[in-house]
Amino acid sequence: MSQRIPVKELTDSFRGRAVGALADAQLRTNFRVAMDSLMKKRADAFPDEEEREGLRELGNHIKARALSRLPDLLEQLEAKLTENGVHVHWAETTEEANRIVHTIIESKQGSQVVKGKSMVSEEMEMNDYLAERDIECLESDMGEYIVQLDGEKPSHIIMPAIHKNRRQVSKLFHNKLGVDETDDVNELIQIGRRTLRKKFLEADVGVSGVNFAIAETGTLLLVENEGNGRMSTTVPPVHVAVTGIEKVVANLRDVAPLLSLLTRSALGQPITTYVNMISGPRKADELDGPEEVHLVLLDNGRSGAFADAQLRQTLNCIRCGACMNHCPVYTRVGGHTYGEVYPGPIGKIVTPHMVGLDHVPDHPSASSLCGACGEVCPVKIPIPELLQRLRQENVKSPDEPAVVQGGGSKYSWKERALWRMWMALNTRPTLYKCFLWAATRLGKLTPKNLGPWTENHTAPVPARRSLHDLAKAHLNAEKTSGDRS
Amino acid sequence: MTELFYDAAPNATRVAPERPGPRTYPAKPPEVTLFGTCVVDLFFPEAGLDAIRLLEREGIRVHFPQEQSCCGQPAWTSGYVNEAREVARAQLNLLDNGLPVVVPSGSCAGMFRQHYREVFAEEPDTLKRVDDLAERTFELTEFLLHVCKVDWQDLGQPTQIALHTSCSARREMNTHLHARELLGKLANVERLDHDHESECCGFGGTFSVRMPEVSGAMVLDKTRSLRESGAVEMVTADGGCLLNINGSLEKQKQTFRGRHLASFLWARVSGEVKS
Repeated sequence: MSQRIPVKELTDSFRGRAVGALADAQLRTNFRVAMDSLMKKRADAFPDEEEREGLRELGNHIKARALSRLPDLLEQLEAKLTENGVHVHWAETTEEANRIVHTIIESKQGSQVVKGKSMVSEEMEMNDYLAERDIECLESDMGEYIVQLDGEKPSHIIMPAIHKNRRQVSKLFHNKLGVDETDDVNELIQIGRRTLRKKFLEADVGVSGVNFAIAETGTLLLVENEGNGRMSTTVPPVHVAVTGIEKVVANLRDVAPLLSLLTRSALGQPITTYVNMISGPRKADELDGPEEVHLVLLDNGRSGAFADAQLRQTLNCIRCGACMNHCPVYTRVGGHTYGEVYPGPIGKIVTPHMVGLDHVPDHPSASSLCGACGEVCPVKIPIPELLQRLRQENVKSPDEPAVVQGGGSKYSWKERALWRMWMALNTRPTLYKCFLWAATRLGKLTPKNLGPWTENHTAPVPARRSLHDLAKAHLNAEKTSGDRS
Repeated sequence: MTELFYDAAPNATRVAPERPGPRTYPAKPPEVTLFGTCVVDLFFPEAGLDAIRLLEREGIRVHFPQEQSCCGQPAWTSGYVNEAREVARAQLNLLDNGLPVVVPSGSCAGMFRQHYREVFAEEPDTLKRVDDLAERTFELTEFLLHVCKVDWQDLGQPTQIALHTSCSARREMNTHLHARELLGKLANVERLDHDHESECCGFGGTFSVRMPEVSGAMVLDKTRSLRESGAVEMVTADGGCLLNINGSLEKQKQTFRGRHLASFLWARVSGEVKS
């Protein structure tokens, strides 16, 4: 199947990478098995359809309300956090965000960073940025630790190493850490833990993400299941949290439903093992906690999505990953095929705002618009509708204003002309009937090779008489027999 | 930083549309329009004719306007909005006579009922007519079940079938529920479940040619689970899926096939056995 794709495209495009992923039987099995189990977990966590739908509606409204007041909430968050003793930094680009983090580490003469799981730090490629400046940045989430050890990127936003099974992890640990191979998952986790424990104590700075930033109280809420988030944010003397500006919500009351939606949609959990609520550095009379807490608020294209009423809905996302778990495309090609930080349906609608649509021109097309993602999204992002919108932005001609950065890169006058012809055919009944006449008469001449279609199918042969033709004959006959009786 | 936002579309935040309540159905009308759809027109015309026969059997006079073509979905999902809108307008004008519109395809019915609102979002005057059309549009199985309230005698031999429902039919029109209930009325038909039944068959219109490898993997899985269900054939209310699934089965040199639900239903209730 792959011979039609030039070698360069094999690594440079979604389609090319998909060919490689589809041929990898182990990868296919790993994803299918994992996604099936995640879908079941979510379904089991929402046994009552009415409750689930009501909660999704509430989640959607809470996020919409927060977004409608985004500038105010961000300012309130900054004021409250500052009052609590947290340093707040603003970054428009990932480069700026990295510089801020680096400056903080440098001011402490730090050389070791331990990191809780954070997709925004992936967006920033923080590990690489810091490594180039001789700062070691170690991932402490087990999945992130595994992919870091293997020099990979996460393939799922919640379960970064979901593309590997236990045997592959065992082999990796054996090769990289020199430990014996084992099939026992618990033993594998213990191996990782022993390495990480030491690092928590040695680290100069702990970095984490944020699930919800609460404006009213100036609280950073972080959920996790491994305890590594709590360790990263409390053991090192400095804690730096990085997050996107869309994570702000008005108050604690708003968090309860969102949290319930997040954990149930992601892993089918009623609640995560750890829920961290960080409201400032260690106070004078407290025994533990970091001496300094920083928050870096990153834009990285989010304000571009915010500026358009339809695309703004992208920012509802609470990063649960349910859309990828339910996506028939993601299930078959895995996260790395997307070639970007955020894979799956959410990746397809959020990435264009970050890197430009021209960098991911195939993403909007890599969907059958089946709607499974929109159906499960806990905050009701109309993902298929937004994909359709991005396809629209993709094919805009150069003289139409680009709304999304990098829009119009798939514009082709040839394709536009084809659709114009299609339009003429379908708006002019005489022309359409001529087409039907020709297609039904010449059906036998349908070529055996119809490009991509005939890679998977035989060529479809038009019927010898169209429905227009059959219906006319049938209804006329009815009429005649009706007149006679 | 925050000054970035003050210029951006004020009060432009969208809230998800309210969940529709269960649809209320009108009494059986004396006349309807059949919108055949372009795929049925060219590739499965017999299914369209069988839909007409099923409706006539219920004492309904069926109109088939010869000026109809396509609902506009292919251009719409490909991002060619202007082209889609003009094709949609042609159908909207054609169907603007107040008669119920019956469609033997869930995704085209979904286009009328859900997406024309997006297609004509910037034309408030047209939207009134769009809403009117949406109100009058029924997918075939939905119409037979809830409007005609059919009561059938199954004249066919005992058989086992699998039902495939297109994604848009399922998610926009609840066709899987309607079709299941309708098939349940046939005494000699047993519907067998298949693995990952609600998963997409990989068609997705232009997706099947833009991403042939991914689409091909999806249809391979779908045809496998259909064959392994133990059913002797597959039925579906969607021409697009049927084109995809049967084309793939033929390419694989399998003997298992799918057919349009309208043809299957007509064969059962009329006793006519077609090759």
